[in-house]
Amino acid sequence: MDVTAHAFKSNVKAALKDLQLQRALSGLPTGLVAQRTAARAKLPEFEQLRDIGRDIKNHTLAHLDLYLEAWETKAKAAGAHVHWAATAADAREIVLGICREANAKLVTKGKSMVSEEIALNGHLEAAGLEVVETDLGEYLVQIRKETPSHIIAPAIHLTEAQIEADFRRQHTHLPKDRPLDEPVKIVSEAREILREKFITADVGITGANFLIAETGSSIIVTNEGNGDLTQSLARVHVVVTSIDKVVPTLEDAAALLRLLARSATGQEFSVYTTFSTGPRRPTDPDGPEAYHVVVLDNGRSALLDTPFREVLRCIRCGACMNHCPVYGAVGGHAYGWVYPGPIGAVINPAIIGLGEASHLPNASTFCGRCESVCPMKIPLPGLMREWRKRDFAAGGGGKVGRFALSMWSALARRPRLYHAAARLGMLALGAAGRQRGAFRWLPMAGGWTRHRDLAAPQGRTFQQLWAEQKRGVPR
Amino acid sequence: MSGPTRETGRERVLGAIRSRLGDTGDKSRREAVAARLGGQGPHLVPQRAQQGRAELRRLFAEQLTAANATVETVGSSADVPAAIAAYLRGQNLPLVVRTGDDAYLSALDWTRAGAMDVQTGRAQGSDDVGVTHAVAGVAETGTLVLASGHENPVTITFLPETSIIVVEARHLVGPYESAFDAVRKRFGMGTMPRTLNLVSGPSRTADVGGRLVTGAHGPRRLHVIVVGPVES
Repeated sequence: MDVTAHAFKSNVKAALKDLQLQRALSGLPTGLVAQRTAARAKLPEFEQLRDIGRDIKNHTLAHLDLYLEAWETKAKAAGAHVHWAATAADAREIVLGICREANAKLVTKGKSMVSEEIALNGHLEAAGLEVVETDLGEYLVQIRKETPSHIIAPAIHLTEAQIEADFRRQHTHLPKDRPLDEPVKIVSEAREILREKFITADVGITGANFLIAETGSSIIVTNEGNGDLTQSLARVHVVVTSIDKVVPTLEDAAALLRLLARSATGQEFSVYTTFSTGPRRPTDPDGPEAYHVVVLDNGRSALLDTPFREVLRCIRCGACMNHCPVYGAVGGHAYGWVYPGPIGAVINPAIIGLGEASHLPNASTFCGRCESVCPMKIPLPGLMREWRKRDFAAGGGGKVGRFALSMWSALARRPRLYHAAARLGMLALGAAGRQRGAFRWLPMAGGWTRHRDLAAPQGRTFQQLWAEQKRGVPR
Repeated sequence: MSGPTRETGRERVLGAIRSRLGDTGDKSRREAVAARLGGQGPHLVPQRAQQGRAELRRLFAEQLTAANATVETVGSSADVPAAIAAYLRGQNLPLVVRTGDDAYLSALDWTRAGAMDVQTGRAQGSDDVGVTHAVAGVAETGTLVLASGHENPVTITFLPETSIIVVEARHLVGPYESAFDAVRKRFGMGTMPRTLNLVSGPSRTADVGGRLVTGAHGPRRLHVIVVGPVES
């Protein structure tokens, strides 16, 4: 996909003015956020499970080479073809090669963020294949020629009215006057159209939420059932996944699955959790004749000996973005690459480079909600701060920003100078604002005063007041 | 085919991981992995999954009902065909069902269901009703565990608009881990059917304006029949 992370600031301006987007995003607090809160309350062991989940992933990452090898051995024993892709380009070529080998014309796809990461659809289409997304949200995004704006709710930026208009524009073979005024009618129409695709597809591509070393399986977690129809009706099933998805055993998967749906949609459990192991067996009447797994690195292994290793615990639930005030205000497209929200602010610089994505770690108020809800306890604000440090060290931050920061650091490291400057500043502002009690405009604070008045200080600093109170001076 | 060969891709990826992990030659690492894969038991089983049989049975039905499925209980397998017929009549559906060659379902006396037409084999796009037999039912979230194969082809679970799943009361367990143990017992340690499907309700989506709609791509209706007397 096109990367626009460098244009984050202008993306944000456009997003804030987009009324349809703002209306669509307004449902987050009463939707996914409230549902997660309710689900967490119903499972008293939830917080303990977060610690367990973190430990499972930490153990796995420390032995990542061995668990991937163990998984590969079991997967191959069950008849899987395992492919390793160091880069996105490698992964694209491997998948295209599988499609060509199968003489494929029609490819159906279940939801996969890794396939977005490697820009798979465009690559297959350029080679003449028809690629159809079958997750309803992904289908909507595809017919609008957009990208997902959320990792589990790809069309969360769209209103019902927009979706109705898209369906009328796209499905021109259906009666013009058909009613589409309710979600159930839109879902039924998509069901009819995509059913035909499932049945006639040559290759079905899905992602994987987990790989299990013990059994050589890949797991998908869905609610619609599209991922299962994708993998069971096509002649060839291709799983596109990444090295960080492996876990040791079924027990480890069980612990993580208890966290995933609750953190994501607030469901007790997703409707369909499917463990796939190899192709159709000799006595099976259905299922794919071949089962391929493409395991992508794409910059992940390079994080293993850095502080960013912790993001490799991510299970892609989306809770961090649901709870992020910045995401809630601007939506996912503003982030300008595949992974939006706090997790994107940490992962994207690692994959597409800090030069391209340096705005993203700054797109945070550091309120800490993301870390407090992360089922894997990833210290997202701390890791964003680490990117900020690296960006500054590499000369980032802009001339004005760097000058302001150097002034600030000069003051902050000299307490006497700081107090003197603060006293002087408060005195001046206190005197200037005494009459109105507030400022309508202040130099260098236009960003604040454009939207609200700044209350005028009383003339003394907090430090002064604190010292006076300690001495018992009456206020 | 152009592009990377499999072996070089493998060596590049695993080599990069090893070099970043540092000292990977340490024998204790292999021992830790072997021990973990050799069987470790559950991490933490929620209290709700550790109750008595009757409570688990109630929880199983409650959770499924909350996920928009319907649940009924019959006393013995002999009652299953009539229960299915009654359910289909109630839904105004024809008495035609698709099943695999599952031994338990095949042994049922379908003549007790009146004029029921039982078709066997994988599902077709035109099938309205699928009947499958679960390996286990997990009470903690009202989850049915199905193994694909000729006994219960996976297409029957996903293609028909109405899915009826039969689960024996003796196969109800508390947590997922117990169901996995049942699967290990049946297929062998570390061995799986092509798909193991955990089903916790009818298909659903919230992709249109965040509003919940059932019947996205999989079944619109899920009806679960629990077979066996309630233990005292």
